Amino acid sequence: MLRTFLKIFLPAVTGAVVVAIWFGVNAGLSSDRRFLLPSPTAVLNAFIEHRATLAHAAWNTSQGALLGFGLAIAVSALTSYLLSLSPLVRSSLYPFLMALQLTPLPILAPICVIWVGAGLKSVALLTFVIAFFPLVVNTTQGLISTDRNLVELFGLYRASRWNQFMHLRVPAALPYFFTGLRIAATLAPIGAVVADMNAGSSAGDGGGLGFQAVIFSSQAKYPALFATAAATCILGFIFNAVVLALAWFALHHWHDSYERTDK
Amino acid sequence: MSAPPIVEFRAVAKRFGEGPLVLDGVSFGAQRGDFVSIIGPSGCGKSTLLRLLAGLSPITAGELRVEGRTPEAAATDIAFVFQEPTLLPWLNVAHNVEIPQKLRGVPATERSATSHRVLDLVRLGEKARAYPRQLSGGQKMRVSIARALALAPKILLLDEPFGALDEMTRERLNEELLAIRQQEAWTAFFVTHSVAEAVFLSNRILVMSANPGRLHTEIAVPLPYPRTLETRLSPAFHELVARTSRLLRSVADGAA
Ligand SMILES: Nc1ncnc2c1ncn2[C@@H]1O[C@H](COP(=O)(O)OP(=O)(O)OP(=O)(O)O)[C@@H](O)[C@H]1O
Ligand SMILES: [Mg+2]
Repeated sequence: MLRTFLKIFLPAVTGAVVVAIWFGVNAGLSSDRRFLLPSPTAVLNAFIEHRATLAHAAWNTSQGALLGFGLAIAVSALTSYLLSLSPLVRSSLYPFLMALQLTPLPILAPICVIWVGAGLKSVALLTFVIAFFPLVVNTTQGLISTDRNLVELFGLYRASRWNQFMHLRVPAALPYFFTGLRIAATLAPIGAVVADMNAGSSAGDGGGLGFQAVIFSSQAKYPALFATAAATCILGFIFNAVVLALAWFALHHWHDSYERTDK
Repeated sequence: MSAPPIVEFRAVAKRFGEGPLVLDGVSFGAQRGDFVSIIGPSGCGKSTLLRLLAGLSPITAGELRVEGRTPEAAATDIAFVFQEPTLLPWLNVAHNVEIPQKLRGVPATERSATSHRVLDLVRLGEKARAYPRQLSGGQKMRVSIARALALAPKILLLDEPFGALDEMTRERLNEELLAIRQQEAWTAFFVTHSVAEAVFLSNRILVMSANPGRLHTEIAVPLPYPRTLETRLSPAFHELVARTSRLLRSVADGAA
């Protein structure tokens, strides 16, 4: 009871304190420098004023992010399976997966544009690149970390490789997969926005939040820029909330991370 | 002459790779319905003996027959209960018990009939929907035993199944195991470090010595079944425990 109350109350207090400080700093700035940190009301007004533009841009970004995210899940599942087959496969492929992850997005972006053109395809592809690595690393780790006693048990039942994979390795890897998914869900919206700034296109109304941020910034519409930042945050929150809900759904029955500590 | 043995070891030897002999010259036969306990110093090859019998590892020399066949060929007649309960944490108790049958393609209705039956045997019928993490250590072990029984084995191998449990729980489970055996006529091979447990459960105790693992002595346990708390309190029981303990100690000292 008290715990539930605190769970809602404490974040609300933190939020109120942050907004209060925000107001304070804004009021403390001289009027010619106030653009550095627009007041919460200015940002809120900009948000409302540009809501149609922002919603449209958010929708475009979501499409890119979802496409890339979905592609990353599918491709990483397949890749993880291959990587789980032998240490040799792993050592021959890991360095190149690493290389993909270590190349900064703004450098990959123009390459993507050359290949598939600016716009949704590029944004999806770049989101894929950024979400892929945490997924593949975690899922592979899960597939190769199966409890040896359980592997032995399946050996005792003379289970086929396929059955061992489906009934043992895959369920045992789920917690690892969801760890990767949670990281990927944080990276995907950010990746999509950065990709949009670097490889987005407003052709056919296709601009996303990143594109919109560049426009607002060039027009010196700073409160609107802050509102765009808020929209990106909301998008990220939605991504994370959905993934957390999925993880809960798949794991809470049995996994120790969902063990209730209260009596 | 008696019936042909259900399990027969003839001069069986085992080494892993190029390592030393782990088992050497192991010969004995078990009759249908025997409850054979195996005791001996740590590392003398008790678990290895069970693994050979389950066909999880090949013998190096000699001959090993299970109902006249190789252990590999007899795999479907044999069930194994490990020291750890080895339950799948993402499946509830009933589904855990059904997994061996599921892997063999047994239809769902038949599987659930089996899981009902064997869970009732281990008195866990009301926990069918629970997940392993919601069970106590003793309950998990009972699920593990139920899972082994689900395949209606002719031979049940148990490797220190109650080693991690407290004395009270262990004694309860010993009695339950014997009660189940009244209804299901399997032959048991039971590895344990507890002399009292070996005496209580078995009609034969094999005492092993180490380096390399050999059969040192066989002790017959003539106590009548069914065995109960009264059995544990009887002078005959205590005399057998004392004799076996002394023998085990001398075997262990001899090896040291
Ligand atoms: N897979 C293996 N590879 C190599 N050596 C092994 C293997 N399994 C067991 N051994 C060796 O065989 C010997 C017997 O092992 P085993 O596990 O059968 O002993 P145990 O009698 O069951 O001991 P404990 O009472 O401690 O369980 C040990 O010296 C062990 O190191
Ligand atoms: Mg052992």
